Amino acid sequence: MKISTMHLDILKEIGNIGAAHAATSLSGLLGKKIDMRVPNVEMVSFTDMMELAGSSEKVVVGIYLRIEGDVEGSMFFVLPIEQANRFIRRLIHDEQFDFSNNPVSEIGLSAMQELGNILSGSYLSALSDFTGLKIYPSVPGLSVDMFGAIVSIGLIEISQVSDSVIVINTSIFEDELGDFEEVQGSFFLLPSPDSFITLFRTLGVD
Amino acid sequence: MLSTNTVVKVGIAQMDVVKTPNTIRTSGLGSCVGVVLYDETKKIAGLVHIMLPDSSLGKTSTLNAAKFADTGIEALIEKLKMEGAQQYRLKAKIAGGAQMFQFTTDNDTMRIGPRNVEAVKNELKKYGIPIVAENTGGNSGRTIEFNPETSLLNIRTVNAGVCDI
Repeated sequence: MKISTMHLDILKEIGNIGAAHAATSLSGLLGKKIDMRVPNVEMVSFTDMMELAGSSEKVVVGIYLRIEGDVEGSMFFVLPIEQANRFIRRLIHDEQFDFSNNPVSEIGLSAMQELGNILSGSYLSALSDFTGLKIYPSVPGLSVDMFGAIVSIGLIEISQVSDSVIVINTSIFEDELGDFEEVQGSFFLLPSPDSFITLFRTLGVD
Repeated sequence: MLSTNTVVKVGIAQMDVVKTPNTIRTSGLGSCVGVVLYDETKKIAGLVHIMLPDSSLGKTSTLNAAKFADTGIEALIEKLKMEGAQQYRLKAKIAGGAQMFQFTTDNDTMRIGPRNVEAVKNELKKYGIPIVAENTGGNSGRTIEFNPETSLLNIRTVNAGVCDI
């Protein structure tokens, strides 16, 4: 399949709608103004995908959901450690909470899992409403580890049919902190190659 | 004397070969497996970053040998032989194959780490290459670097420390 500008625009719109809903949810949870960046859609090699957060070795807090239904694939919500700390400290009212601690407190982990669940859920239900397609996310998994090690699980399935991946990348950030990489929470949506055809057909572009 | 060692970086589903004093490295191994094959006498080492256990899983029109355990190890042995390594002297060190997320599911993708490790071991056995050391499984990501001079594989993790095997 050849990807045209129109296809890319549709994928950007999907990222736009998803991230806007997630930003609204996060804003409600934290009582803060949350902004989002213009979505970025690209076709990248696996090696480039591993470096999308700056470096495959960068330690991040990652939420992973598998998506099933009419659209299949993987969804990641990735936060730099410091920004994840900010969100969770505010949510559980504990200024001492830190993902760098070993072990990390259970209540913080559980809050992060729930935060990931709510934000990814907003993103995906917006996508489902927009397209009319059924989208069933799995229970979210949480890992504090190297970005590459986390995101590679989403590449495994795609690697059976392709040597590159189309990623819909959208970031949200606290309005008061500004639009900097260190404070962005990023959504990476990796639909399976078959699912792109479904998405384009549903939205009337072949 | 000034040394001019370079670290050769290997990406996911890629492979490469180095000679001493250079080292070879791959970062962010999750469920993937890093396989190092080396010839101690010649001080040559190769590294392949494997994603999937078997090339029969591949449905792409062109085959990227380094992606799979079976084709990746075969191709790495050939590449090492071309650089002057002797197949009978090759030894292996392997790392990776973690399960990054704990799900209670029968989905095969979730168990890909252990399956990759098993496939790598079977393949090495087929070629009679001994596994001198391994650091596999668990649920931590790994960055690994091999030094052909010392034959040591350095393994860095976020949650489980650093070690040489």
